[in-house]
Amino acid sequence: MKLSALLLLATDRQADRIVPPTGYTARLTLFTAAAMAFLAIFAIALSLATSRVASQWSDALARSSTIRISAPAPQMNAQIAAVERVLQTTPGIADFRVLSRDEQAALLEPWLGAGIPIESLPVPALIEVIEDEDGFAAEGLRLRLRAEAPGAVLDDHTRWRQPLVEAARGLRVLGLLSLLLIAGATGAMITLGAQAALAANRQVIQVLRLVGARDTYIAGAFMRRFTNRAALGATVGSMAGVIAITLLPGTNTAESFLTDLGFQGAGWLTPLLVPPAVAALALLATRAAAERVLKGLS
Amino acid sequence: MIELDNVAYSYGNGSALLADVSLKLAPGSFHFLTGPSGAGKTTFLKLCYLELQPSLGHVQVFGVDAAQLTRNAVASLRLKIGVVHQDCQFLDHLSVAENIALPLTVSGRPVSKPDLDDLLGWVGLRHQASQMPPELSGGERQRAALARAVMTAPDIILADEPTGNVDWEMSLRLLSLLVELNKMGKTVLIATHDLSLIRAAKSQVATRVLRISGGRLTLAGADL
Repeated sequence: MKLSALLLLATDRQADRIVPPTGYTARLTLFTAAAMAFLAIFAIALSLATSRVASQWSDALARSSTIRISAPAPQMNAQIAAVERVLQTTPGIADFRVLSRDEQAALLEPWLGAGIPIESLPVPALIEVIEDEDGFAAEGLRLRLRAEAPGAVLDDHTRWRQPLVEAARGLRVLGLLSLLLIAGATGAMITLGAQAALAANRQVIQVLRLVGARDTYIAGAFMRRFTNRAALGATVGSMAGVIAITLLPGTNTAESFLTDLGFQGAGWLTPLLVPPAVAALALLATRAAAERVLKGLS
Repeated sequence: MIELDNVAYSYGNGSALLADVSLKLAPGSFHFLTGPSGAGKTTFLKLCYLELQPSLGHVQVFGVDAAQLTRNAVASLRLKIGVVHQDCQFLDHLSVAENIALPLTVSGRPVSKPDLDDLLGWVGLRHQASQMPPELSGGERQRAALARAVMTAPDIILADEPTGNVDWEMSLRLLSLLVELNKMGKTVLIATHDLSLIRAAKSQVATRVLRISGGRLTLAGADL
């Protein structure tokens, strides 16, 4: 059976009327397309958000490093000064600063509680290092620190960054997998609906064949009917999905992943792709169903 | 135009309905096909309009062996064969006019409103054009079916018990329409068990009467 896309896109009001309106398959197709488009919007938002957040986290961690200095109290200031001298002469470093006692106390607060006497604890000194766009040679810096300040250890966050990147990849794959499952479920539901409609209209198909209709004509009428319904349902579902996402908590309230689940910039255009994608899926699913049913009615 | 050569037709379970049937429908001829109910008249017509394929033998339509035809070719040939089905076979969600125009619609040809009006007038259904098929009487349905059958100006008209559900007056009216088509050069084959109709036709047009009985097709005698 040769069926061109043009045949489907062409409006043929008279041909469309040959398929009688069928109540439950129409509602089933509309509902399925709307529900799946709604879910697809969330899956796309999830994928985009994971990419964006992971990229932000990864970049932030990649551009900063920490130098931890563990030394007896009498030597601590000398070692800090030695590290600062090394950092001042190391190319690729945009900025660095020693974390204050208050900042260290704030970092430890979740574990040790508020108001801890940090002066009395053997807490290492911490220096935050921000690299410039060229970055610094981590191994070279480690060697110099070992020579100038034996108690200093450079942590370039690689071990923190890697799991984040892997987690982000995993979430992205989950998002894409969800989209594939949604597409598969949509195709299956529309196929069932189309098959039910074709079976229910067996008598109509018979009459059409008797008066000289080709199978491409009959299939085209059913394909147009289901494609239009699916496109309408997907449009409604996509709009509902976008509205639901805009009603989520604002994206600037925190750096939390959950509050960042939304679209940004060009990402807002992606929901526009969902209705055509669902319509294309409906077209293919109905075509396959029509071919199978019409062949069976030979 | 339609030629059957030693055709046999059997059901799926192997029981034979038609056997060794040969016939040639010449252009412009007028045939009746008669026989008892269940003798195979409808099956014979289905073989002629390519709804069924013979179990044995060959059916040729317009010089083409039916067995060699693709589905698309069958669809094209059906536009040259007008069929009046016993149960009319309408699409009940379309109006009478839309049903009559259906052969043109499905073949992508334009439907001329004046031509459609003329046809509706010819069968006396101009006032029923916008009605739905279930709203028509038996006679009106048969006339609408006849109008649909001739919508594409076919060369052959096959009618399966066209007067089966109508009174005698309407039977004669339908017969006169079919005779008129024949006089326009159309080949007509009517399956009927109504011998009165055949006798009425004989007074208007030269007819050949075929009888199916016991699976065999024979030429009926002059006793009709």
